[in-house]
Amino acid sequence: MKRLLRDRRGLFGAVVLAAALLLAVAAPLVTSGDPNAQRDIVATRFVAPLSTDGTGVFHVLGTDRFGRDVWTRLVYGARVSLGVGLLAVLISVTLGVTVGALAGYGRGAVPLTLLGLTDFALAVPRVVLLLLLAALWRPSTALVIVVLGLTGWMSVARLVHGEVRALAARPFVEGAVALGARRLRVLVRHILPNAVTPVIVAAALGVGNAITLEASLSFLGLGVQPPTPSWGNMIASGRDVLVNAPWVATAPGLVLVLVVVACTLLGDAVRDAMEPSAPLS
Amino acid sequence: MLTRLAARALAGFGVVAGVVTLTFFALRFAPGDPVEHLLGSAATAEQLAVQRHVLGLDRPVPVQYTAWVSRFVRGDWGISIAKGRPVRTVLADAWPATVRLVGLSLLLSYLLGIAVGAVQAHRQGSRTDTALSVITVTLFAVPGFWLGLMLVMVFTYWAHALPAFGAAGLDADYLTTWGRIVDGLRHLALPLATLTLIGIGGSARFIRGAMMDLSSQPFVTTAHAKGLSPWRVTWRHTLRNALTPVVTLLGLSLPTLFSGAILVEAVFAWPGVGRVLVEAVQARDYPVVMAATAVSAGLVVVGNLLADVLAGWLDPRIGTRTT
Repeated sequence: MKRLLRDRRGLFGAVVLAAALLLAVAAPLVTSGDPNAQRDIVATRFVAPLSTDGTGVFHVLGTDRFGRDVWTRLVYGARVSLGVGLLAVLISVTLGVTVGALAGYGRGAVPLTLLGLTDFALAVPRVVLLLLLAALWRPSTALVIVVLGLTGWMSVARLVHGEVRALAARPFVEGAVALGARRLRVLVRHILPNAVTPVIVAAALGVGNAITLEASLSFLGLGVQPPTPSWGNMIASGRDVLVNAPWVATAPGLVLVLVVVACTLLGDAVRDAMEPSAPLS
Repeated sequence: MLTRLAARALAGFGVVAGVVTLTFFALRFAPGDPVEHLLGSAATAEQLAVQRHVLGLDRPVPVQYTAWVSRFVRGDWGISIAKGRPVRTVLADAWPATVRLVGLSLLLSYLLGIAVGAVQAHRQGSRTDTALSVITVTLFAVPGFWLGLMLVMVFTYWAHALPAFGAAGLDADYLTTWGRIVDGLRHLALPLATLTLIGIGGSARFIRGAMMDLSSQPFVTTAHAKGLSPWRVTWRHTLRNALTPVVTLLGLSLPTLFSGAILVEAVFAWPGVGRVLVEAVQARDYPVVMAATAVSAGLVVVGNLLADVLAGWLDPRIGTRTT
């Protein structure tokens, strides 16, 4: 942990993510309230950042075409975008660890079947699959979470499979087996706890990836549906007004990039911190 | 080596078959069908039924499936329900635009990414390295569609320098050959820049990591001990050995760029396969979706296989490994 925070990348990633989560949780306290609030549209739309609208209300990041406060939508959008990212990765990590562990330590036909399944799922073009799945049902936030979770577990499964196979041959595992522990107990109590680090790294990268994919789907109109704000559909709504209100699309994009960079850097830092032989870079 | 490749090709064929089957049934169970999109909301139930019968959509789904497969493998890809043109023509018209965009951006992002990553690894820990790391990790994180919008904002709306939409201007047919080439390049500039910038982020990070892993290997130490200049060690020894995984990555990114191009094509109204696919999914244009999915799944498999062959060719040790 100390190594992690001494690493500038780890510190930056942790601070940015903590700040984003804090803002998302404390959304009602740091904003003017309802992200969908519309008042006199003519007087309040397209107000530039750091200025006051026709009714005397100040907007830090300006307003969009319906006179909604961009800062408020950004913070409430963080709830949706971060929530989707975290929950989707929770699903894919759970699936990936289960499949990877069973493939790495299972017996008989189990490993071959599961590895085959993983290879198959990896070969399916993800964005095409996302398009199809999103078209199958009416787009909704829950659907986005499930779809992203179900299409993101393969890399974790591969990773865990490799780790488990390597760990299974180590003396402490052989010791546990020799003492008569059941296979499931060996797997859960002795092997998996030692395979946690790469999973954390993969999860950190996965969150960033899921947030980007949610934004992409929402941008195409297949993800989180307006008026619920997500960073993706905010960028989409700013697309037509790039000329007279560039802040509408710019602000959510910048925040998204910042958060995804934070995820990547934190993942890198965790990986390096857990490899004591590697020099701090 | 050959048996291994044959086995992989067979598995790849299974993957394509699986993806295509999955897509076929997923499409049929999705709400809405092409006839509703074709006839619009004013159509009566009777008119819809007649049109469905004409297209054979009222037959049992498994029957439709076998019929489609047997026609597809014989090269009869059907006629687009939404556009009324043969699917092969629709895809053939869209392919060159995608290949031009994706092929060029792959080439550029790897060439530039390798150069950037090698410079970083060579000057590991320096300010240049840190600055380039910040840039590449940011590029790696930027969503393509947003970067595209930002480039459009700056270069089209503010600077009035480059066109933002389509692959050719409205007047392209009336230009001289030379003028048409310039027009095409100008339209290519922004989508190509978007895909390339993002690609550089990934490939530079990868190359830097691969080269740094190699820097403590005995052969690098030997090269230094022989008295070779540091640049020569980097370019001739470390980089060359770091290229094997890059080739694998290149093969794997062939389909990724194809799918990444879907969004970038949507932003720039680029008349490529990605846009055809998105429109077809929205219109439930079954024959087009099926053909496009089959082709893209095929590309994934071919990309993987190609990466395998090239990696084995660059590093003969790989072919003999049994796992």
